[in-house]
Amino acid sequence: MNQSTETLVKENVIEMRGITKRFPGVLANDHVDFDLRSGEIHALLGENGAGKSTLMNILAGLYKPDSGNILIHGKSVAFASPKDAIGAGIGMIHQHFMLVPSQTVTENILLGLNEPRFIMNLKMYDQNIVELGEKYGLPVDPKAKIWQLSVGEQQRVEILKMLYRGAEILIMDEPTAVLAPQEIEILFNTLHNMVGLGKSVIFISHKLHEVEQISDRLTVLRKGTVTAQGIEAKGVTRADLARLMVGRDIIFSLEKKPCNPGKPVIQVENVHCLNDKGLNSVNGVSFEVRSGEIVGIAGVAGNGQKELADVLTGLRKCSQGKIIIQGDDIANRNAKAGIRHGVSHIPEDRTHIGTAPNLSVTDNVIMKNYTKKPISKGWMLDTPSAEIYARELKDVYDIIVPSIDTPVRLLSGGNLQRVILAREISSEPTFLVAMQPTRGLDVGAIEGVQKLLLLQRDAGAAILLISEELEELISLSDRILVIYEGEIMGEVFDGNIDEIGLMMTGTRQNQLLKSGEIHEI
Amino acid sequence: MKSDTVVSRKSIFPFRVKFEQRISDVPKWYPIALSFAAVVVALLIGAIVLAVGGGNPWATYAHIARASFGSVGVFSDTLVKATPLILVGLACTVAFRMKLWNIGAEGQFFVGAFGASAVVLIPLLPETAPNWLFIIAMMLAGMFCGAIFGLIPGLLKAIFNVNEVISTLMLNYIAVAWNNFFIFAIWTEGGFQMSKVFPKNAWLPRLTDLGSEYPFFRGLTTHFGLIIAIIAAVILWYILNRSKWGYEIRLIGDNPKAANYAGIPIKKHIVLVMVVSGALAGLAGMSEISGVVHRLQGAISPGYGFTGIIVAWLAKLNPIAVIFVSILFGALILAGREIQPSGVPKMIQGVILVCLIASDFLIRYRVKIIRNSEEE
Repeated sequence: MNQSTETLVKENVIEMRGITKRFPGVLANDHVDFDLRSGEIHALLGENGAGKSTLMNILAGLYKPDSGNILIHGKSVAFASPKDAIGAGIGMIHQHFMLVPSQTVTENILLGLNEPRFIMNLKMYDQNIVELGEKYGLPVDPKAKIWQLSVGEQQRVEILKMLYRGAEILIMDEPTAVLAPQEIEILFNTLHNMVGLGKSVIFISHKLHEVEQISDRLTVLRKGTVTAQGIEAKGVTRADLARLMVGRDIIFSLEKKPCNPGKPVIQVENVHCLNDKGLNSVNGVSFEVRSGEIVGIAGVAGNGQKELADVLTGLRKCSQGKIIIQGDDIANRNAKAGIRHGVSHIPEDRTHIGTAPNLSVTDNVIMKNYTKKPISKGWMLDTPSAEIYARELKDVYDIIVPSIDTPVRLLSGGNLQRVILAREISSEPTFLVAMQPTRGLDVGAIEGVQKLLLLQRDAGAAILLISEELEELISLSDRILVIYEGEIMGEVFDGNIDEIGLMMTGTRQNQLLKSGEIHEI
Repeated sequence: MKSDTVVSRKSIFPFRVKFEQRISDVPKWYPIALSFAAVVVALLIGAIVLAVGGGNPWATYAHIARASFGSVGVFSDTLVKATPLILVGLACTVAFRMKLWNIGAEGQFFVGAFGASAVVLIPLLPETAPNWLFIIAMMLAGMFCGAIFGLIPGLLKAIFNVNEVISTLMLNYIAVAWNNFFIFAIWTEGGFQMSKVFPKNAWLPRLTDLGSEYPFFRGLTTHFGLIIAIIAAVILWYILNRSKWGYEIRLIGDNPKAANYAGIPIKKHIVLVMVVSGALAGLAGMSEISGVVHRLQGAISPGYGFTGIIVAWLAKLNPIAVIFVSILFGALILAGREIQPSGVPKMIQGVILVCLIASDFLIRYRVKIIRNSEEE
């Protein structure tokens, strides 16, 4: 995508030098350098948690860096707020749109500006916005209410909002994540249009094929450090990018007994389902998990993993397919049906799904077995047995909490995860779905969780581990399935990270085999 | 909480007030003490208003106290006022525990009164039926009608996700109109807007009925409805705190997504809770009709259904606390009439509610007073 080759060396509009940002327990950016030339689309690549968003939030004035400086047109700047950044011509379009649904496009674009002051001559502004839209190829109806617009159109409004504020540099945070394929095509055309008119775009993504298609140059981040800085997009293969993104070093390996898989516990046959936005999310997934094995699901976030976990545990309806556990099809039943068949679920979202924040530790650990004896006594709850049970779990799983009556909202992330693990594992599940079980935990806690999972495996549970941490997946799983846009790309037994990386970015295993080597199709 | 953002603005005051989110749980006595403090603050605010209005606040409050707790006779009247409040307060408690905002207790109260009256006026039972049979039949009919008025918004919420605040609020008007239709058109007595007086068999027993045997009880209007209300409170406390159903309500109320994840059918519970809530409010209507008014007429409630919301809130959704709070509010209703038919007593109720809701802030946050020089 480099038609504009007339000027070989373009001016740097942004230079970020030695940016370091530390959050409690995480080094999000470690001496990161980044530069953006005028009139280019620069892709910023990396896995989830690699520090892309942190870096861009710093550039957009949302965070202050701990050290390092930012130069715009060669001048050093320090942003105190997003307003300063917009003043300097930097506009960020976040993944979650910040629009008022009940107001019109024009009203949303004008929101927060000093003009118009009191009397709103909306007609005039409508005209301005239509003209601005035509200039950049962003057609919108200024009088339409936001709720009437498709997601793609809403994104256009967000872009217009920034252009209206005079942004010269647009930061797009995973703009394609919410879009349908045709909308992505339209967005790419718009972006080309805009750079043609002298704007510069930073495109945050973890989808390699999109990056290949749209960007002039790219920078890759991994675990807060730059692994490739400003390389030309031309001539870089996906395999190279995959390696730069995921790395190949495995830091720790757990002691793991050999896997002795038994009978299949769960058989998933051609499952399809929609996501919350009503788009196809899981498209014909089939696999089985046998007792005594851990099957990993690898994939970049948002490729249908969450929806798959929901469908398997009865939290989401599937539009097609069968989920057979112990001979029963539990597809399209409810969570209760799953629980009755011994399905446990460690959800990704601990506070919003996994626990009831204002209820006590006791109330939270009995959530799945309050209908079973001895906690259930007729239609009553046997409070003493519930408390004994909670105390037992608190000791066994080492939940650090002043008392079992403490509301769980006061617990730290690691302790909260232990509450969930204690509840889900103590029920001795036949099938355990663990989604991101170690995310946000410190090293010690991570090891504890991983050991618990292995213990369950050795005890004969079938475990489906869904994670974005490749290292974790490789060290825990007995085999790994790679998911991409809701489809299984292939299965890896030996933890070949190059192969996984390529499949994670949309290459099917049989295509890899066909080309003989790990190479482009 | 971004506590690291230091405000460097210089203030003319040497101290600054800062709110910090609590990181540990508050002791058990704290919410109770806080509720008391909120009531005291509310009474102080009320005193200011009274003083501005030209009244003597302390004399007014003393008068309220005398007029509601001053003698056995007035205390009995206070209990009469408290009885429907307890039941309505329980109705709100059970719904609010699940964060279902049933604002329709007033309407459920009215149709409960209608149902109880229907037993006598249709008549479903002959006038000569024994007292106990009348009471049981009226209780069932009252609860049934109240439950229907809870079922409708419950189903609407569960099936179509209709906001229960709106639907229950609107049903209040329907309930009043429904009753009026029967009072004006069908059961009117000689053109007056009220039914005939119920036969004595259909009255809830009162203390004064025992006056012939125990002279002490003579003239005391406290009726059997109080016993029903207290029993209901104890049962409800037991259900909410000790039963599986109570646990499910708690879980849904705190985090519906977690409840769904735990396999609890939320829609079923929405309907069930609304039905129980409506039935309790309907029982309040029955108790008032059968225990106090003894006929169906228009003005049977000085807004019990709405006061019940305040009662439930002040009791922190604890059924046992509802009993005591109801007595306090019964006193306010009773004695309030002696001060002003409307106005000041309602104002005090309102101020109490506002102070209570505001005081919740202090459960979640700590107030810190910092010397400006200590900053940094």
